[in-house]
Amino acid sequence: MMTAPSARGGSETVGRGAREGGRLFREWYGNLSSATERNEPAAYVFVMGSMAEILRVFDLHMVFPEINSLQTAVRGVAQEYLNQAEEYGYSPDICGYLKADVAVQLRQGEHPMGRIPKPAIAVVTNACNTYIKWAEIWERLYHIPVFTLDVPGSRSADDRRRPGDVDFEQDRRYVEHQIRELIELCEQVTGKKFDVDRLREVLRHTNEMSRAWKRVLELNQSVPAVFNALTEGTVYLGVANALRGTPQGAAYFRDLVEELEYKAAEGIGTLPEEKWRLTFVGVPCYPIFRRFYELFSEWGGVFVNSTYLSFAAGGLNAGGEYDLDRPVESLAEGVLMSLRASMDSMFFQDRALVEMVDVFRVDGIVYHPIKSCRTVSTGLADNRRAVMEKRDVPCLFIESDLMDKRVVSEAQLKNRIDAFFEGLASRKLRAAG
Amino acid sequence: MAYAAGVDVGSTQTKAVVVDEEERIVGRALLETGANVVTVAEKAFRAALGDGGIEEQEVPFVVGTGYGRYKVTFGNAQVTEISCHARGAARMFPSTRTVLDMGGQDTKAIRVHPGGQVLDFCMNDKCAAGTGRFLQAASFALEISLDELGPRALAAERPVKITTTCTVFAESEVLSWLARGKKVEDILMGVHRSIATRSLALLRRVGVESEVTFTGGVSRNQGMVAVLNEELGLKMNVNEESHFMGALGAALFALDQIRASRSPHPRPAGPAKEGVQAS
Repeated sequence: MMTAPSARGGSETVGRGAREGGRLFREWYGNLSSATERNEPAAYVFVMGSMAEILRVFDLHMVFPEINSLQTAVRGVAQEYLNQAEEYGYSPDICGYLKADVAVQLRQGEHPMGRIPKPAIAVVTNACNTYIKWAEIWERLYHIPVFTLDVPGSRSADDRRRPGDVDFEQDRRYVEHQIRELIELCEQVTGKKFDVDRLREVLRHTNEMSRAWKRVLELNQSVPAVFNALTEGTVYLGVANALRGTPQGAAYFRDLVEELEYKAAEGIGTLPEEKWRLTFVGVPCYPIFRRFYELFSEWGGVFVNSTYLSFAAGGLNAGGEYDLDRPVESLAEGVLMSLRASMDSMFFQDRALVEMVDVFRVDGIVYHPIKSCRTVSTGLADNRRAVMEKRDVPCLFIESDLMDKRVVSEAQLKNRIDAFFEGLASRKLRAAG
Repeated sequence: MAYAAGVDVGSTQTKAVVVDEEERIVGRALLETGANVVTVAEKAFRAALGDGGIEEQEVPFVVGTGYGRYKVTFGNAQVTEISCHARGAARMFPSTRTVLDMGGQDTKAIRVHPGGQVLDFCMNDKCAAGTGRFLQAASFALEISLDELGPRALAAERPVKITTTCTVFAESEVLSWLARGKKVEDILMGVHRSIATRSLALLRRVGVESEVTFTGGVSRNQGMVAVLNEELGLKMNVNEESHFMGALGAALFALDQIRASRSPHPRPAGPAKEGVQAS
């Protein structure tokens, strides 16, 4: 449960996280553009298992194609990128993130936020099936080494996932061995020697970010909610991924916790009037990002949490910390646990959602399956049914996409969302007798 | 005596209903929606007033519903057709627990509370398969009027299986069956079954609980009623007002507002504040 917030910050901190997050993000993209001009080496990575801690030791710039792609959607130009990839031969039915990235590569790295350097290496995990085929595209385009981290999945939500178990220990050693292979590969690619003390320093920053991220999520148990998981939460998440393991990232999250603790202590919400507390399941609707949020906020609905802030946070959400005395082993343990949690979330998400409903005093859940991603969308209809059997909580099911406006119908979304809120209101009336 | 009105601006047709304080329908109207949504909403409202012999000033509150609900510019508030169909169905058939509303471009399965409030709902998404539009495509391809489709389908002997889920491609599939010498009736039954299958999937997602009330324009189609009854293994509630159920629900929401305005202790969390979007 949430511990009582203190009020270290002042009113000047309110809104700082969103503002500063935007600034850091632009700065980060600016650095990537500069790195492109200087022809500096970069690693292409994904949000689920970025292996940032290892790559930072070798001073590799990290490029997140998923984040570049979503920027094209938020900035309203995704269709140009999708069309270009489809004209090149990619099917309309596959992941929009992948196709936008193909177009970015065809444009020599140009995208709405600047330019990205070409990859010297790509690091992939098996957390998403598409990642593996996606990296093969870069392999063919740039003839670079692709490192695929194979994380043993599990179909169990019990203690076999935890350190101390024999199976877990075997799996951890398997992942650790692969991380040591990745270190060797990075040495070859960059010509730099691995420095374990540098790894410890990076891990220390990640540890601080991890503690803070867990606290940030926890602080939204406050009524009213101190941030909207769909909008501000996405900004925080961007910083968590882009600046993972850096002093800037750690400082940002220190400040963010200060801001949100102040808001919680002062009862400052993210909406003028919070009427409904909601949970979001899935990936945001980036093509109409602001409007999508308004469809809920106009009714006084605020997303107090989101599964996105967990499965796309690289394990930071769990608040786990690396053991600096055994850095590589501990990193393997963290990677195994976080990626397994992301993969297992497809099978056991209902448990996490029921807990979210209880702890965050949630009035309703919004499921948002998307055409682009079967990985995060499969099973949501069953999940919805399972949650409704466990808790008497209204669940809305709306489908659209994270990139492709052709499958986003605002009128249809609005109709369903309005009906959902009408249902919430009539429940409230019934409950009031 | 005051009256309340509901105007349901659907994708194909616009319906208006006027109710009295006893919740009885006293006037109704049905018009093709066409391109001028604002005008048709007003025309339908005036036609319903005329049907009931009621003056406009006797109707202090009007609720708009349907896709064009924000085009009911003279309306006082808007409510989605999901809530309105649930409310209307529960008024007409008080034991309603599930509503299937099949309209021109979407189909909704709604689980309702005994009072008519929505407990859960599912709709077709971004595709008109399994809706009235599918029947329109068949009507066009076979050159048979919409009213004839149901009765002709019921005369089928060996129904064909329509496999496409795309409304546009349905037309070419219908033509291909014709080219293979299949009887029109058998093709039509195939079309009805295809739509029913998709609707049943929606119903099962919210859970089919008896009684089931069938609303919307397609509920007038006897062939569709028969196929769905057979598949569900029960007899759905349908009557001549089923087409007006959304407008009826809207009128009942309007009546709530009239009653609330007279109450000496208006409820602060009433539908006008929380559940109805005021214009």
